[in-house]
Amino acid sequence: MLRIFTLVIALAWLPFAVSAQELQTLLQSHRDVIIKPSRKTVGPTLDALVASGLPSVRGFLEAWQEKNVYLRAEDDQFYLGSDADGGLTLLDVDTGAQAVTGVDKKDAKQIKPNGGVRREIGSALVAFQLSDPDIARRTQALDALARSLDAAQLAPLIASIDNETDAGLKTRKQKLANYLQARFGESPAIRVAAIENLANDLSVDGRAVLSQILATEMLVAQQLPDDANVAEVLEPGEGDLDRIAAYQTLVDDHGLPALVVPADIRRALEANVDGGIVGGIPVARLDNEAERARAYDALVEAGKVPARVSEAAIDQAFADWGFYAVYLESDPTITEAAETAQATAQTRVTLSQTADIGLDAISLASIYFLAAIGLAVTFGVMGVINMAHGEFIMMGAYTGYVVQQIVPDYTLSLIIALPLAFAVTFGAGVAMERLVIRWLYNRPLETLLATFGISIALQQLAKNIFGTQARPLTSPGWLDGAWIINDVIQISYIRIAIFVLALTFLCLLLLILKRTRLGLEVRAVTQNPRMAASMGINPEKIKMLTFGLGSGIAGIAGVAIGLYAKVTSEMGADYIVQSFMTVVVGGVGNVWGTLAGASMIGGFQKGVEWLNPSNTLAAQTYMILFIILFIQFRPKGIVALKGRAAGD
Amino acid sequence: MQRSFLAQNPSVMWFLAALGLFTVVVTLLAEGTGTALISTSFVKTLGKVLCLCLIAIAMDVVWGYCGILSLGHFAFFGIGGYSVGMWLMYARTEAIVETSMASSVIPPTSAEVQDAIAAQIFGVVGASEFPMIWMFSHSLVLQLLMVVLVPGLLALVFGWLAFRSRVTGVYLSILTQAMTLALALYLLQNDSGLRGNNGLSGLQNIPGFDDVPQSTISMVFFWASAAALGAGYVLFARVLSGKMGSVIRAVRDDEVRVRFLGYHVESYKLFVFTLTAIVAGIAGALYYPQAGIINPTEVAPIASIYLAVWVAIGGRGRLYGSVIGAAFVSLLASWFTGGGAPNINLGVYEILWTEWWLVLLGASFVAVTLFFPGGIGSLFDRLKGDAK
Repeated sequence: MLRIFTLVIALAWLPFAVSAQELQTLLQSHRDVIIKPSRKTVGPTLDALVASGLPSVRGFLEAWQEKNVYLRAEDDQFYLGSDADGGLTLLDVDTGAQAVTGVDKKDAKQIKPNGGVRREIGSALVAFQLSDPDIARRTQALDALARSLDAAQLAPLIASIDNETDAGLKTRKQKLANYLQARFGESPAIRVAAIENLANDLSVDGRAVLSQILATEMLVAQQLPDDANVAEVLEPGEGDLDRIAAYQTLVDDHGLPALVVPADIRRALEANVDGGIVGGIPVARLDNEAERARAYDALVEAGKVPARVSEAAIDQAFADWGFYAVYLESDPTITEAAETAQATAQTRVTLSQTADIGLDAISLASIYFLAAIGLAVTFGVMGVINMAHGEFIMMGAYTGYVVQQIVPDYTLSLIIALPLAFAVTFGAGVAMERLVIRWLYNRPLETLLATFGISIALQQLAKNIFGTQARPLTSPGWLDGAWIINDVIQISYIRIAIFVLALTFLCLLLLILKRTRLGLEVRAVTQNPRMAASMGINPEKIKMLTFGLGSGIAGIAGVAIGLYAKVTSEMGADYIVQSFMTVVVGGVGNVWGTLAGASMIGGFQKGVEWLNPSNTLAAQTYMILFIILFIQFRPKGIVALKGRAAGD
Repeated sequence: MQRSFLAQNPSVMWFLAALGLFTVVVTLLAEGTGTALISTSFVKTLGKVLCLCLIAIAMDVVWGYCGILSLGHFAFFGIGGYSVGMWLMYARTEAIVETSMASSVIPPTSAEVQDAIAAQIFGVVGASEFPMIWMFSHSLVLQLLMVVLVPGLLALVFGWLAFRSRVTGVYLSILTQAMTLALALYLLQNDSGLRGNNGLSGLQNIPGFDDVPQSTISMVFFWASAAALGAGYVLFARVLSGKMGSVIRAVRDDEVRVRFLGYHVESYKLFVFTLTAIVAGIAGALYYPQAGIINPTEVAPIASIYLAVWVAIGGRGRLYGSVIGAAFVSLLASWFTGGGAPNINLGVYEILWTEWWLVLLGASFVAVTLFFPGGIGSLFDRLKGDAK
């Protein structure tokens, strides 16, 4: 009676007991792998664990990854453990309840999977982490998933999408799920649908998925297999497949006779020299290919070396064997869809790149404009060429650097640096005009040389004061980063700021020249200094102020350029020739001309760089040649002054 | 005729006499040929200075006499150097390769020799084949022809384009500077076929004269440079004398008026520009075997501006002035930058001339332009004036 009762009790407990021991049982059935896992064997076990859907699996996997799983010698069962002072505390793998405390380390074997296995466990855990309440862990899991796309992750990823609360992560999950479906989806229809979505995806990842689907391998066969999904029939000697390489694959894979290249002939001849004679020909005569070929053929007849493969034999081999690029993906509907999607994506990428180049060109043009506009004022309006203009740019940049050393707040220091740079270079410009240039007004070529003297002196002075290494001019935090329009088009905020600055100066300068008393007087002095003088204008003062204004703008340009490039004593020299080009191409004496010149030079340079992206030096070379030719057709620049103002 | 030319230009006789005297003195003092009071490296420096004097004369003719401030003559100088450097480098590498291949069992074919030379020369830029522009490099005669032809043709085409569209004054200066910059940027590219940034090196070793010591080779180049300078001086003095010289000077002073008088101004300018470019090329071809190395920085626009500086300091419009300027400034530069000048200790600050030399040069250049437009050469005029 008692026994029956016990049995009933035991039977009633049985389901609980089984469920309570489920994971342990499962683990026991994979015992060997769990105790001694390797990266290669652990996969099926992990799949089985994840597929079991047990709630305790996750805790176990995490513990396993952290080397916190122990096998207790006493009952040969797996436990989760934690190491404390008094010995190990072991927890039951199914319930997580505390089983034993204070176990001696000798009585329980710690299971230590190696790094490769732990990574495998980690990717199995991704499935759980995708639904983790902590957003940081979900993001981390997604990052891990995106790094290595794997078919096993598809189901858990899709399952986690619906419950995702964060909108950003949800889109990312959908995107990744789409990638996975495109590559590993269950049916061709699902895959094709996913691939079609990829046509709108410009990101590098999306395009990588497409090219992975479209990956090919070379197939060499006499008869094309019926089920092969051929991407292209390759002709040896055309495209990427050169004849030698193609024949070499035939040699390697299909046992055709090996090619005998000139180096082989040489080696064979060297090996068979016999008393100064090879194949009946004296060694001294073997200094040309024809004699060597004869000697080698003699060796062939003697049976000492393999025969040469003739061109005809190679042609025959190519006629017998076909070379095919075959998709790794066997389903043609999928590769077709991927081809279409890739073409669409490529078109969109090209369009975006064009827009991106356009933005780059505008930003380069603004830099040239900023560097050149001060020169345009001095060179154009006064007919004075200032070779030290580049050094004024440098002076402005160093002013910005010095201000940053004193005022640590980057925003504030920039606000101080801009007017201060203007003031410093304005002063330098006025001093130079008073001391040097005004004595040389009717000798323009000598102005060029005198200002060049000032330029080398200033450059060396800067080197002596600030050293030869580049000094940083750090931009404020709000100018960091870039404005991202899509995956291809983006432009950094500094470049936008420079564009805005250039635009501001354009407006400011137009305002000064067209709407103020000073501008009126400047234009009057430009056109006819003596007439202007008789109208009560002081030409000396106007010229001095104009020169100061042009130099001051160079100083501000220096701060702007210093923000995105490094500040060195040679930075001015880097811009001076381009600035002259800008002024000359644009047309002297006109603000609009400088704008046109800067746009043209910036656009042209970026255009050439686009055609040949690896070589910016070539771009500059072609740009200069283009300018030299351009001057042939419009010697006075794009916007030429007419009539008396032209000065000749 | 010859007598009257020399009679009209007494400075030619004086110059040739001074140059001859200088050459004799250096020969007597040099290590290779005389009492060894002058080291071989200083003989090379002097030889290089003579080449710089030659290009300075060319610059003086084109700028001081014809009024074209060319900032591109050092480009022609560099082209001359590259042209002769290509042969020097090819022939020397060929000798080395042939020596190393001579020990092999089977004599090399010409294709193998070519490949080995190409790999040796272009290994530094990751190439192993000869570019097109090296197609004549095996022949000294053809490369020497290129010393003359390439700068000449380049100057002819560039000058024709520029003068035809009446680009003058500072515009022309900037355009020539652009040309120089384009050339320098082109040479800097690794795939230009001229070893990019590395330039051509080992040019001081003359192929076929491996047994001759550098002290003798340096003297030969010194004499050659002196002879070239003398010949160049006479040539330009000849060109500038007589009616043609008058027209050239008139172009400088008032181009429009000369045109109205019926002269074809463009032809005169083109002739002067091309001729001086050729002379610059020859000067470069003599200079770089003495320097031993040529690279794209030598062609950079700044070098041409320095050339203008020498001529301005020496005195424009006087052939001997440009010679004095080039010799004076370039020797002074090597004295200052070589640490020859004693540093000045001001107590709070020590002036190191290696650092301050360029500041001094820049400032003195401004001073010369402002207060002393005739340059050093005008001192001779004053002497002449006093003598009268």
